[in-house]
Amino acid sequence: MSSPSRPVSGGLLDPKQLIASLPDAARKLDPRGMVRNPVMFVVEVGALLTTALACRSPGVFAWVITVWLWLTVLFATLSEAVAEGRGKAQAETLRRTKTATVARRLVDWRPGATDAAEEEVPAAELRLGDHVLVEAGQLIPGDGDVVEGVASVDESAITGESAPVIRESGGDRSAVTGGTKVLSDRIVVKITSKPGETFIDRMIALVEGAARQKTPNEIALNILLASLTIVFLLAVVTLQPFAIYARAEQSIVVLVALVVALIPTTIGALLSAIGIAGMDRLVQRNVLALSGRAVEAAGDVNTLLLDKTGTVTFGNRQAAEFLPVGGTAVEELADAAQLSSLSDETPEGRSVVVLAKETSGLRARDEGELGEARFVPFTAQTRMSGVDIGGRQVRKGAASAVAGWVAGHGGRSGADVQAVVDRISQEGGTPLVVAERADGAAARVLGVIHLKDVVKHGMRERFDELRRMGIRTIMITGDNPLTARAIAEEAGVDDFLAEAAPEDKMALIRREQAGGKLVAMTGDGTNDAPALAQADVGVAMNTGTSAAKEAGNMVDLDSDPTKLIEIVEIGKQLLITRGALTTFSIANDVAKYFAIIPAMFTVVYPGLEKLNVMRLHSPTSAIASAIIFNALIIVALIPLALRGVRYRPSSAAVLLGRNIGVYGLGGLVLPFLGIKLIDLVVQFIPGLR
Amino acid sequence: MSGTLAGWLQVLALVAALALSYRPLGDYIAHVLTAPRHLRAERLVHRLAGVDGDADQRWSAYLRGVLAFSAVSVLFLYGFLRLQNHLLLSLGRPPMPPAQSFNTAASFVTNTNWQSYSGEAALGHLVQMAGLAVQNFVSAAVGIAVVAALIRGFTRKETDRVGNFWVDLTRIVLRVLLPLAFVFAIVLAAGGVIQNFHGAESIPAVAGGHQSVTGGPVASQEVIKELGTNGGGFYNANSAHPFENPNAFTNWLEIYLLLVISAALPRTFGRMAGDHRQGYAIVAVMALIWAASVAVVTVTELHSVSSQAGHAAGGMTEGKERRFGIWASALFAASTTLTSTGAVDSAHDSYAPFGGGMTIFNMMLGEIAPGGTGSGLYGILILAVVAVFVAGLMVGRTPEYLGKKLRGREMKFASLYILTTPAVVLVGAGLAMALPGERAGMLNPGPHGFSEVLYAFTSAANNNGSAFAGLGVDTVWYNTALGLVMLFGRFLPMVFVLALAGSLAGQAPVPVTAGTLPTHRPQFVGLLTAVVLIVVGLTYFPALSLGPLAEGLQ
Repeated sequence: MSSPSRPVSGGLLDPKQLIASLPDAARKLDPRGMVRNPVMFVVEVGALLTTALACRSPGVFAWVITVWLWLTVLFATLSEAVAEGRGKAQAETLRRTKTATVARRLVDWRPGATDAAEEEVPAAELRLGDHVLVEAGQLIPGDGDVVEGVASVDESAITGESAPVIRESGGDRSAVTGGTKVLSDRIVVKITSKPGETFIDRMIALVEGAARQKTPNEIALNILLASLTIVFLLAVVTLQPFAIYARAEQSIVVLVALVVALIPTTIGALLSAIGIAGMDRLVQRNVLALSGRAVEAAGDVNTLLLDKTGTVTFGNRQAAEFLPVGGTAVEELADAAQLSSLSDETPEGRSVVVLAKETSGLRARDEGELGEARFVPFTAQTRMSGVDIGGRQVRKGAASAVAGWVAGHGGRSGADVQAVVDRISQEGGTPLVVAERADGAAARVLGVIHLKDVVKHGMRERFDELRRMGIRTIMITGDNPLTARAIAEEAGVDDFLAEAAPEDKMALIRREQAGGKLVAMTGDGTNDAPALAQADVGVAMNTGTSAAKEAGNMVDLDSDPTKLIEIVEIGKQLLITRGALTTFSIANDVAKYFAIIPAMFTVVYPGLEKLNVMRLHSPTSAIASAIIFNALIIVALIPLALRGVRYRPSSAAVLLGRNIGVYGLGGLVLPFLGIKLIDLVVQFIPGLR
Repeated sequence: MSGTLAGWLQVLALVAALALSYRPLGDYIAHVLTAPRHLRAERLVHRLAGVDGDADQRWSAYLRGVLAFSAVSVLFLYGFLRLQNHLLLSLGRPPMPPAQSFNTAASFVTNTNWQSYSGEAALGHLVQMAGLAVQNFVSAAVGIAVVAALIRGFTRKETDRVGNFWVDLTRIVLRVLLPLAFVFAIVLAAGGVIQNFHGAESIPAVAGGHQSVTGGPVASQEVIKELGTNGGGFYNANSAHPFENPNAFTNWLEIYLLLVISAALPRTFGRMAGDHRQGYAIVAVMALIWAASVAVVTVTELHSVSSQAGHAAGGMTEGKERRFGIWASALFAASTTLTSTGAVDSAHDSYAPFGGGMTIFNMMLGEIAPGGTGSGLYGILILAVVAVFVAGLMVGRTPEYLGKKLRGREMKFASLYILTTPAVVLVGAGLAMALPGERAGMLNPGPHGFSEVLYAFTSAANNNGSAFAGLGVDTVWYNTALGLVMLFGRFLPMVFVLALAGSLAGQAPVPVTAGTLPTHRPQFVGLLTAVVLIVVGLTYFPALSLGPLAEGLQ
């Protein structure tokens, strides 16, 4: 998992990317596509209008405005093209795996049949329910489930992870993805996706942005932006009769410039790039969101359901502590515990060796170093394991088993041991008692090893962050309530669901949703599928079954359940970026008014020169500066749009305060400086006075 | 007592009185709007009108009620004005001409009370009482009814019902407006406002000669004129007329009355929403804007003195009553233009450019601080929706206000609302300025003349009704254009408000968490104030720059 406060960010913007995206950007100038973005469409119409006027009565001013209006539109399409460009390379690689795969279709295959007829067909012609045979070294022709055999599969084409994974028929590891490669053995795969709708197809569409539909928030924001555009259009159109009355009739070029300066072009230009980049940030983290809606919903999530195993804890019990009894030194206990675990290759056994090294500095000894050591393996009958070295016997195991062994060898397991054992059990841990018998002496208990489900490092901080964001975490586990409570407390989750059956999970989701909450969860098994479908954000693990992948609205290719937290952050960051740039865009208008209005009317009302607080050189330079600033700010903000506004988990009030400070006040002040600086340069353009 | 001290005392007493009535009046209106039982009188009204008082309406049915009731009111009032010469107590006045009748009917039904006629010269007592005063009551009640539906949109869950228009209307008139009007009419009459049925009387004037003075039932009409944020004067001189507003006390009381209901409605909102802090946040925004506006108008009137005589009098005194002075006039002017009342006790046309400009800007704010009865609250709630939307995005969640999500549908109605009034104002003023004949209606040249036209359309579209004067508006064109502007400016926004109410009511509420944008803190108050000022400022800045700004920055 990633470190607790790893900021969500994308890559930096490479200038080469800008240039490489220019042809695409130019293609997007087509008004038929542009009309979907009302703000930029108005700018484009304005640019067409000023072009016509500049051609009819050429002048430096008219041409400067015209050129910069076109640049404004171009910068907008450029931002979109750059955002899309990032996915293009990935799509190319994916597409290569798709082409030219030949499938070996089995005709009338039945389970257990070995003599099914085989025919070779192009992968694109496979239908739902077809069975195909794939052998070592071949690409799997389409998405499906393994129905026979077991194989190791290289999924690096999709996940980027080079280590092969095992896929086998039955169970939760049966799903295979088209385009991945079988490395060993042979399997029969039942195709579960239609041609053109495979995982790879969806992934290509996704990274290219082709499948992008506007998300609910984006639609709402677009409505607001469109209505602001209409208000400003009206304000400028009706200004002309007022101006004529004031004997200050304005040229169409100036009016178009005013409209473009006022309508929210900054956010209008960057809106779609923000959306594409948000999806891209997920793809970079190896998460495929099957809809933009799901990404937005992730930002709204109120409740996170987290599987204990793999998400909250490492998923296996580990030695956490040595608790000596009866005056035994902790080193002595550690030594004995280590000796008894040397041949124990289970994760528990390994963890005892590791803990002995960490706490007492005991180096792991090779079995050869010990002379004649005889290891006693664990069996279900003895419930103990251990080692005999010469006359010394060491045993470790379940409390009752070890107590029996000690009693059988003349020793006694005291009440102090039982107390420690009980305490560990109550805390949800597993006690392993260690006992020793020196040559001929009575056996004695050295102490207890506390084995427990170890909570991943940094999870408590993560959950604290989530709580500040207003998100409740619920841990789901099959453990008994006692163990579950102990782990829940240690990890710092808000609540837990113990002894959870799939139906309980479903009921919990329904209950949360009935209270108006949005629920996110991860899952991989077929029995998770209904809950994944019911959850507002369901992240299926790529290792999971195809039923789970179909039911969820995101797939995590790394199969890392902790990713859910990052997904939530990316969802929030997406919305914050939109809101921040909208605020910035609107706040910019104030400075533009102070540039343009005095420039328009000082001729007739000299008093309005007092509004020229920036002391701009001349009316024409003032208007040109405002328009140039308006265009340049789009380019300047492309990296921010792609990267997203910096997001640190905190409460809504704190977030709002910071973002208003940066983007509201910043948006108010920055253009005053920017326009003034540009004016200092453009005043030297000959013909612009 | 110095003028400054008296001025401060008036302002502070006003704030204190409004603060005192905030809780009881707001709570009482909330009670009236939510009480399960009808009064006997109300059941009688329902039976007479043939409505089912226990039905709960969809937003569309509620809207149909509003529109049907208002349409009937316009027709009725139009007929009344056209036929007044045939009726009792007509004082021999002739019927009002058609265009002017349409304008007046639209004006009173829309709670605008723009007057292109001179009350005492054009109307008889019966039309004043049974025509205009009735509309003063019911048009104010319609505004409160609409905001009640919007509040229910926020508070109800998963229903398509937003209340019953007929019940709301009846209750507000019978239980809120009539009792308040009755009490304060007596107070006004005791303060010297006349209440009689006299016709024109010839009275020897102070400067010699004779003066014809018309009496009438003034106190009863004056009280609802202020209380219902109507503003149409019995006399042409409106609240500057000594029969309507005889002294400093009645002047102060009239300011209080025109603010009191709108200022208390946020409490109603807070109570119905189950969170008084929400009401305090809204009323804080209203109070901030109101205080700033009063300060600007007062300071400019005290300091921008254009004449020698003004210097001697200690400020801009042209167009102001000596009885009230600069402080009280400025307080009245700011309050009346911020409440959609439009009653005037001084001539706004004569204010210093920035003072007069401020009264225009007040109306441009959309009558929200505290605004018209009901319409002020729904206006500011819509702006709050926009503020919450932008701010909500900035905290990384689908924006939600009072637990209701603001998505495409909600933003569509809020955006249309925000769009409507500026569109009506700007298109109307643009047309008037583009038509040479109508432009000639201006009595002043230059930017001041333009301010007069801008004022007229801003006043009509925002249903304020005050006039800058100095513009000849009793022409067929202006009567018709302004009449239409008033109707569009009143009812289109109501359509969007009720549609929004329906859309909100249908939602299940989202629980509040630490990730929810808090809408009761000073932070939100500041944000909403900024949104109001910036959205309005940006929309009207070009127009204002050619009027008051051009005039003031000389």
